Amino acid sequence: MKYVVLAGAALATLAAALLVGPANLPFADLPGSAIVWQLRLPRAVLAFLVGGALGVAGTSLQALVRNPLADPFLLGLSGGAGLGAVAAIALHLPGPWALPLAAFVGAVGAMALVYRLGLMGGAELDPRILLLGGVAVGAFAAAITTALVSLAQATELRNAFLWLWGGFSGASWTTVLVMLAYAPLPLGVLVASARPLDLLALGEEPAQYLGADVRRLKRVVYLAASLLTAAAVAVAGVIGFVGLVVPHLCRLVWGRLHRTLLPTAFLTGGILLAAADTLARTVVAPRELPVGIVTALLGVPVFAFLLRRWTVS
Amino acid sequence: MDRELIVALRGVTCRYPDAARDSLVSVSLELPAGELHAVLGPNGSGKTTLVRAALGLVPLVAGEVEILGRPAHTWSRRALARLVGVLPQREDNLFPQRVRETVLLGRYPHLSLFGGVGATDRAAVDGALAACDAADLADRWLWTLSGGEYQRVRLARALAQEPRLLVLDEPTASLDLRHEMELFELVRTLVDAQGLGVLMITHHVNLAARFADRVLLLSEGRPAGAGAPGDVLTRETVERVFAWPVSITPFEDRPQMTPLRLRKEAR
Repeated sequence: MKYVVLAGAALATLAAALLVGPANLPFADLPGSAIVWQLRLPRAVLAFLVGGALGVAGTSLQALVRNPLADPFLLGLSGGAGLGAVAAIALHLPGPWALPLAAFVGAVGAMALVYRLGLMGGAELDPRILLLGGVAVGAFAAAITTALVSLAQATELRNAFLWLWGGFSGASWTTVLVMLAYAPLPLGVLVASARPLDLLALGEEPAQYLGADVRRLKRVVYLAASLLTAAAVAVAGVIGFVGLVVPHLCRLVWGRLHRTLLPTAFLTGGILLAAADTLARTVVAPRELPVGIVTALLGVPVFAFLLRRWTVS
Repeated sequence: MDRELIVALRGVTCRYPDAARDSLVSVSLELPAGELHAVLGPNGSGKTTLVRAALGLVPLVAGEVEILGRPAHTWSRRALARLVGVLPQREDNLFPQRVRETVLLGRYPHLSLFGGVGATDRAAVDGALAACDAADLADRWLWTLSGGEYQRVRLARALAQEPRLLVLDEPTASLDLRHEMELFELVRTLVDAQGLGVLMITHHVNLAARFADRVLLLSEGRPAGAGAPGDVLTRETVERVFAWPVSITPFEDRPQMTPLRLRKEAR
């Protein structure tokens, strides 16, 4: 039942994304329009995929670090991706793929560094060090990014700044295909970890006693969720709050079991981001807001409401 | 069959990484089905380490641990969870959940990767809840339970694993008299009626003496006595291990300890 509702909402969101836009097409022209097929549809699909990826990554990471305030970008990935992207802009790297590739490399580099820090205490990945190391690596990368930005020229500066807030204006069927080819593996790994993730909420030792291979689980989930986030950030920049708010929203509505939580977080994240992107490109048309601004403006009040409910219960 | 050896530790010595001394030294223990063994000892005497060693979670410096005749470290976590149910001292409840969901977590080692929860699993959950006198709690939120109810629910979760061995780490800490006695009686019933083996860590010398078939007394990681309660819990041994004067009097054929006041002669 819940999947029917969510699938319906997803289709409605995608339909809305196709119908509205600055070009103001007459309804009858929509089916044959290149604007719909080459611009609006790939863009909406990409926003949906990225939102879904962030929802799933956020849900898994909150379970992994056992901290409900965790967010896919808290672990230093946004800092690394931002550094990669701004470096690509500052160095004038050529080609349409230079920026996303540089962002991806930056995110994966940050991930590797944080992972290494997390293993400092021995063979076990320590979630507390992952969190603290992520914040530290993110801050360090942000410092270098700001240094690069402060040396950049005005137009470069604007590009870099807008990229950091995220957006789907560069979306094409090629990016959609890249995401479709890339995302299923980490998504599948995380869905296969759903039951052990339930156990992890009890603590690492109790989870082991209930049959989870906690050491392997932590590594696999960290890597899969980070690689998912790295791809999302590479194609869409840093989009905050989706990975933080969506897991809480889904937990409130559908409970805490990850077998339900992960698929619903994918659909909910996709719907929210596709809708947010439609808003981002229409409210100030013909100009565009970075979609990260829309998600933050909508996400912060929702999150404040959730926090209030939480402290009440 | 009903007295099959489930866990055997032989001359086990182990040490945590970076620790200055061994946490356990030459400890042996043989736990067959249908018996309740209690592990006693002061704080820091290695009781919890013993449990971890018995489940293959700490590397051994010397000795061997076997579970059903196979070295403990060769068991996968999943296979072991189908055989041994553990109630650790502490666990978290990160997100709110209901009693039935919590007990269902005990079925996880039996569920296949993508398979759903089947009739067998639901029956095991109901059976475990009933065995722990917790059937009427099934739809309650976990955070509304009293301390005694919560421990019964956790015990039910361990039973839902359908284990042959239960390991209980101070299960009655912070419970009042009635809930404490109820839990001990419940555990003893499970041992006698279902033939479970139970390894229980506790600070209650007197309850261990009355409910356990054998006790293992640990002192600074070393065995200070092992055997029937009446043989191990003598005044000399208990005073030496716990560093406090006591008197031991028999009650229903079991030794019972009363700690003495200091400077009694001055009063």
